Amino acid sequence: MSDIEKKAAVDYSQFPDAQGHFGPYGGRFVSETLMPALDELEKMYTRLKNDPEFQKEFDYDLAHYVGRPSPLYHAERWSRELGGAQIYLKREDLNHTGAHKVNNTIGQALLAKYSGKSRIIAETGAGQHGVASATVAARLGLKCEVYMGAEDVQRQSLNVYRMKLLGATVHPVESGSRTLKDAMNEAMRDWVTNVDDTFYIIGTVAGPHPYPQLVRDFQCVIGREAREQCLKQAGKLPDALVACVGGGSNAIGLFHPFLEDEGVKIYGVEAGGYGVETGKHAAPLNDGIPGVLHGNRTYLMEDEDGQIIETHSVSAGLDYPGVGPEHAWLKDIGRAEYVAINDDEAMAAFRTLTQVEGIMPALESSHALAYAEKLAKTMDKDQIIVVNLSGRGDKDILTVAAIDGIEV
Amino acid sequence: MNRITARLAEAKQQGRKALVTYIVCGDPIPEATLTTMHAMVEAGVDIIELGVPFSDPMAEGPVIALGHERALANKTSLKSTMAVVKAFRETNNGTPVVLMGYANPVERMGYEAFAVQASDAGVDGLLTVDLPPEEAAPLNVELKKAGIENIFLLAPTTSNERAESIAKLASGFLYYVSLKGVTGAGHLDVASVEAKLSDLRKITDLPICVGFGIKDASTAKAIGQYADGAVVGSLLVDRMGAMADQSPEAIAGAVVELIAPIRQGLDELAS
Ligand SMILES: Cc1ncc(COP(=O)(O)O)c(C=O)c1O
Repeated sequence: MSDIEKKAAVDYSQFPDAQGHFGPYGGRFVSETLMPALDELEKMYTRLKNDPEFQKEFDYDLAHYVGRPSPLYHAERWSRELGGAQIYLKREDLNHTGAHKVNNTIGQALLAKYSGKSRIIAETGAGQHGVASATVAARLGLKCEVYMGAEDVQRQSLNVYRMKLLGATVHPVESGSRTLKDAMNEAMRDWVTNVDDTFYIIGTVAGPHPYPQLVRDFQCVIGREAREQCLKQAGKLPDALVACVGGGSNAIGLFHPFLEDEGVKIYGVEAGGYGVETGKHAAPLNDGIPGVLHGNRTYLMEDEDGQIIETHSVSAGLDYPGVGPEHAWLKDIGRAEYVAINDDEAMAAFRTLTQVEGIMPALESSHALAYAEKLAKTMDKDQIIVVNLSGRGDKDILTVAAIDGIEV
Repeated sequence: MNRITARLAEAKQQGRKALVTYIVCGDPIPEATLTTMHAMVEAGVDIIELGVPFSDPMAEGPVIALGHERALANKTSLKSTMAVVKAFRETNNGTPVVLMGYANPVERMGYEAFAVQASDAGVDGLLTVDLPPEEAAPLNVELKKAGIENIFLLAPTTSNERAESIAKLASGFLYYVSLKGVTGAGHLDVASVEAKLSDLRKITDLPICVGFGIKDASTAKAIGQYADGAVVGSLLVDRMGAMADQSPEAIAGAVVELIAPIRQGLDELAS
């Protein structure tokens, strides 16, 4: 069967449905004030999505500003050392600003421009989405304010400074657990107050409909390129895909264009923190239950009273108690498998890739690498794993140094 | 008849404006809630909105968000909130109580279990900030069976067309959010409330209570000219939050002191 003849039981292009649902997940759970703004955004996006002019502008920016396509790199030395499947890295770390996040901010900034709003806001965890938002705001001359948990402001201080240099205002959020989820609460509060002139750029495939859909669509460039590159470079489709899952945007971007390729196994890697069995992790698909947070229904980390509990991960970008609704659905229908990698396994993979391939990965991406390492060993030498190297590790150097007990 | 409908009909008949007050259950100390509820009734409050604390209260400003944090630190839950209502009903069978909170605690309990237990506790209505009509149908079925009103929000951004479809689903009263913003915001625009309410009156016969941004007798009075009821929340939660080291009676007393002039202001509008 040629790769073009696909056979699939589910027509994935039909999701989300008109109400923004992926099976029982997704939807639009926000206060009334925001409902009309979301309706408006959905209408605008539905129109622009099929507008060749808009697509042309988006593609142009991805090529000339972000530097796409990003390479698909065969990590030959690492694959040889592992002695199993061939590992190919989708190099999102080489994008302008250093992560996949910018694909989405370019797209949403274009939406902001078309909507005529003069101010953008964003939430950020690791700071990559904040930096990517501040970057596009600088380029378009828009005012940009970024909400970031006070704890993350500490552990990602380099990115905080980058955002300030780019002209953005960073608001440290002191409420709740002082991480990404609280930053998102605060961004929602800002949006509800300034909904007339403000465009909210959500950084992952979470939030109310249509965000999980539009962020996915903007990130799908990753998977479309990877599919084409793999066919060209290796002469066949990969056997497996691996990506880390925080909110799930880099993962869905890689996965989605392969969903109908039934022979391609799909693995999402959540943050196992100190270990899933300890409860101190950020792995809702491994150890959570469905609930409602931040505008959508999905798997969450919560207690028996329905309160969201604090998460832990060494990587700020994965330290989130929820996950994009499409992942929740892909888990339930069995199209993707979700596993967890602990802090120390991710740290080890960070060092391995740095030393064996000369590529310093983000700690988020290191979770995907650590799982790929395990998986490769169970596979044959002529099989292929594509790993999404979602970002570069420069932003994490202070965290790694602190773990090593070194002051930089 | 449900207590909410009965009370609002009675107020209307008497030509007075309803006073609706919001406090967070379990804030600032667990023992204060029941005492404060009874004291508020004595002070002329018509409907009590009892906040169910949530870890991520996205629609709240800093004052009420802190109230939620304090209540959670005191181990308040949806279950314990219903227990407080049940205790309240031991001596009060007339004052309507509306639970106000977020979807997830209700989801976790399960819609049917919630409706049955809430009804058993003597809860009259539920206002779920992040459950708009589009997502509310399954819960509505259970609430209806249990005789609990589902209170929906309308906002300055809600179109008349949308308001009309929301009004069809709503019961008890409609809660008009007076401004674009979070609870406790300071930019109330009375003229815009007047305009919006006059539109809404053409759409629905349900009573309309207005909240967000009402902080004293004069704002309550200004709003009361057009609304059937005024909702006061942040003002009370702010004061209560500063009294965590005091007795339930002292806390309730402070709340009554804040409410009295507002009650009086609204009564000056009586026809
Ligand atoms: C490099 C990198 N990878 C992954 C993530 C996680 O986000 P998502 O799951 O949306 O891809 C982040 C978030 O900050 C990131 O910076």
